[in-house]
Amino acid sequence: MTDGPLLKVEDLRVYFDTEDGVVHAVDGVSYSVDTGKTLGIVGESGSGKTVSSLTTLGLTRLQGATVTGRIHFEGRDLVGLPDRELRRLRGNDIAMIFQDPLSSLHPFYKVGHQLVEAIRTHRNVSKSAARKRAIDLLELVGIPDPQRRADEYPHEFSGGMRQRAMIAMALSNEPKLLIADEPTTALDVTVQAQILALLQDLQDRLGMAIIIITHDLGVVAEITDEICVMYSGRIVERASTDQIFDAPEHPYTWGLLKSIPRLDRPRNEDLVPIAGRPPSLIMRPSGCFFHPRCPYVQKRHRTVDPELAPVPDDSHHQVACLLDSSVRRKIWNGLQAGRDPTSLRELAGPGLPSRAPAVAAPIASGTRPGGLRAP
Amino acid sequence: MLRYIIRRLLWVIVLLIIVSMVTFVIFYAFPSADPAVLRAGRSPSPALIAHIRHTLGLDQPIYVQYWRYLENIILHFNFGYSYQFSLPVTKLIFQRLPATISLTVGAVVVWLLVGLPVGMISAIRRRTVLDRATMTATLVAISAPVYWLGLMSLLLVSNDIGVVHIFDGAGTYTGLTADPGRWFGSLILPWLVLATAFAAFYARLLRSNLIETMSEDYIRTARAKGLPEREVILRHGVRSAITPIVTVLGIDIGTLLGGAVLTEYVFNIPGVGRLAYEGIINADLPVIQGTVLFGAFFIVIANLIVDVAYAFLDPRVRY
Amino acid sequence: MTTLDERVDAARFTTDEPLIRVRNLVKHFPITRGIIFQRKIGAVQAVDGISFDVKRGETLGLVGETGCGKSTTARLLVRLLDPTGGEILFEGEDIAKRKGDGLRALHREAQMIFQDPYSSLNPRKTVGSIIAEPFAIHGMLKEKGARKQRVQELMDRVGLNPEHYNRYPHEFSGGQRQRIGVARAIALEPKLLVADEPVSALDVSIQAQVLNLLRGLQRELNLTLIFIAHDLSVVRHMCDRVAVMYLGKIVEISPADSLYGFPRHPYTGALLSAVPVPNPTASHRRSRQLLSGDVPSPANPPSACRFHTRCPKAQEVCSVEEPTLEEKGGGSIAACHFPLSRDEVRREVEVTAGE
Repeated sequence: MTDGPLLKVEDLRVYFDTEDGVVHAVDGVSYSVDTGKTLGIVGESGSGKTVSSLTTLGLTRLQGATVTGRIHFEGRDLVGLPDRELRRLRGNDIAMIFQDPLSSLHPFYKVGHQLVEAIRTHRNVSKSAARKRAIDLLELVGIPDPQRRADEYPHEFSGGMRQRAMIAMALSNEPKLLIADEPTTALDVTVQAQILALLQDLQDRLGMAIIIITHDLGVVAEITDEICVMYSGRIVERASTDQIFDAPEHPYTWGLLKSIPRLDRPRNEDLVPIAGRPPSLIMRPSGCFFHPRCPYVQKRHRTVDPELAPVPDDSHHQVACLLDSSVRRKIWNGLQAGRDPTSLRELAGPGLPSRAPAVAAPIASGTRPGGLRAP
Repeated sequence: MLRYIIRRLLWVIVLLIIVSMVTFVIFYAFPSADPAVLRAGRSPSPALIAHIRHTLGLDQPIYVQYWRYLENIILHFNFGYSYQFSLPVTKLIFQRLPATISLTVGAVVVWLLVGLPVGMISAIRRRTVLDRATMTATLVAISAPVYWLGLMSLLLVSNDIGVVHIFDGAGTYTGLTADPGRWFGSLILPWLVLATAFAAFYARLLRSNLIETMSEDYIRTARAKGLPEREVILRHGVRSAITPIVTVLGIDIGTLLGGAVLTEYVFNIPGVGRLAYEGIINADLPVIQGTVLFGAFFIVIANLIVDVAYAFLDPRVRY
Repeated sequence: MTTLDERVDAARFTTDEPLIRVRNLVKHFPITRGIIFQRKIGAVQAVDGISFDVKRGETLGLVGETGCGKSTTARLLVRLLDPTGGEILFEGEDIAKRKGDGLRALHREAQMIFQDPYSSLNPRKTVGSIIAEPFAIHGMLKEKGARKQRVQELMDRVGLNPEHYNRYPHEFSGGQRQRIGVARAIALEPKLLVADEPVSALDVSIQAQVLNLLRGLQRELNLTLIFIAHDLSVVRHMCDRVAVMYLGKIVEISPADSLYGFPRHPYTGALLSAVPVPNPTASHRRSRQLLSGDVPSPANPPSACRFHTRCPKAQEVCSVEEPTLEEKGGGSIAACHFPLSRDEVRREVEVTAGE
């Protein structure tokens, strides 16, 4: 056994060369996750949260991405690993489930067959033994009557059952790490609760590490131990789940927390949207990537690129922000008291001489619909 | 499923009746020549023409003629007698059928063996020089008319008039049972010529289907399982991409069984297509009717088989 | 003394008169077999006898799981679908069977915005002509320049740059496209705006922009808003009253404060209990009540109370006798034989702020 985290990503960069220019999908990201723990990666579309995980499995390589940095998994660096060896890890030590379980399962093959395939790819077992294990797995994830359901096609399953089947498939070879990319986004809220409970229960029983990628702050609050907030291909804040919700340090995190209606807050509390929209990953802003949308922007934020650094009295809490730590705390306290960001601006400093409009979003130019797609 | 097939078969009959009516009407509305005059020989007397017209039943009103025609088919499976050969049309067609089947089946084998691998490789090596070259070639192949290709091949490589004597030329067709070796030899050129455009078309079709399929989420799942790329492509990609091609293939086979008129004409193969051509030239209405109905029958049946097969290929389809 | 007619007229034009009254609204989608001669072999009971009122200027939320009939209800209200039965009284007039000109007149008063802002905008038309479309359809603002001026005012109002009048939808981001949809919907100053999942396709940081826009417009134009969303937190934020639907029926319809504070129907309770809350301390405190299984098929719904197959409180009577919507105290109206108690709500649902 090696000490240290199960997966350690260091300075990962994933670039796609497209006709429009180089897409900086992931741009210097570092995080780690321990066995038995759950890491949440939170971000909007185009923040690089999915690309960084696909890269862990070597899947962006197949799409022609340039990958640099290090991905340590059990003492090996996956970035330089030959395809053949990387393939042996995929679906074996590291498994992944996706957002839309219907389109992620092959429509022409029975569910049982697809599980058997996953098992036999990595294990030298007979078809009947693999089928028996497939049925056990379906039962493990709470699919009633697994014997019969194994012989059904994905379209005969309900949305929740399909995602359970995907999870069963991911668990085929007892992975040490499970990556779940928006696993509940396509599901109803009641089914979402079932799936999240299932993931937690499986983690307790099987002791795997989980990385959950989502835009939903509610979901990460429910099941993660640590959270990375991603923006424009970078991590802007990284802390324990409690810290992210109790004492967030980055203006983007504040924006996310204040822009969603919450059942645990008074009903008539105003929402504070984040102005503008996420930047293009091809033509990125200068300085701090968030500065065009940040209410507390100062002149030097337009030129200086902040590094992810620990906050003064908590080495596990990292933030990439040029504001002074004491200023940040004052602003957050003000926001918590229900004050508007504009009224807190002066705490940060004189601001910019000529301000961009705060709410009206700048018009898109030359961006493609649907966020980032690999070429 | 069975009810579905029965209902479809009933529709086949309705459709064939409509087709026969349309052919009948077209023939009478736009006659290519007067059959009676053609039969009567040089400078016939009007009385002779009238007599021939009467024997052929052409002096009756069109609806009476049509009704008799239908009656004969339904009661006696009799599609009439050819004016030119004075033989039953059914007999003529069944005589010609083996040649057409030989031509079709061989060509299908050739174009699948060539088209599908080319399409697959092009899709996998997308945007490479190889892909661009093959796609240009397929475009040329699709655009080349089959009679031009046929004549060129005869001029270049046939045993009789070719520049280089390699393959048997036109008019050498021999039945499979008579002499398998000569049967094969005589059909090589027709097969290749007929298959060229189809192979190119199928290559393009599979290429575009496969490229689309390879960006599906379930391909990502297959890769995330750790399957070797080869299996990802073959078992997950091609399996989906090939399904729509089965539909096209069924219809193409049906159409060709009704007679590949141009190819059979160029290579002088005594098939159903050539029979249809001869019928048209000689204003031989029963033969035209017979071959058209026959062709329509194959197309409709092929359609039905394709639809049924689709339910087996794609489990989401239910009737 | 007033005559009956006068009283009816008076009632019709007082502000207390609801803008919309829905009575026993039914929409069944036939399931057919056959190619040419289709036989009906069943029906998806998408909406199966619902009744509710919508007051002027209020926001009514419709929530429920996929297939509960909330989107069908929305489309029936603006008559994008023909009802199978029942009445929809819009300002006292039944619009359920309107056709042709009558329908066009309705569409001046009732507009809809959709979930996917991209697929609901014609990609070949400029934004200006998309927003001006309602004027063209109704033959309004024909004077030269008037239409353009009005469209630019609308664009400005929804937070779009009026100079981008001649751009095409693909040149805008998702949030901006939804603003285009909103501008088109309010162009004729309708009385009713039906919003079907208006923010669920948008990024988190953009959602709040569109929600705030809708609230602002509602106040300004005195719009009546019907707001459909699967996100219960968003619905709570936006709505005065909320109707919870399950398998084509309304199971609870209450003011938002009552519904979220003290849900009475076990299904409402289960829905709220399943909402993940971005508050780790609060979410670990409550004991979740997880619904088991899936929603039954709307083609063959369970007897009597349709929720009885999944209800933790179900008893025999629930599968025999259908409960009617009735007052359950505190303004809550629910259709349930055994409504939730305070204790149950406190244990399983509540997530009151623990800041």
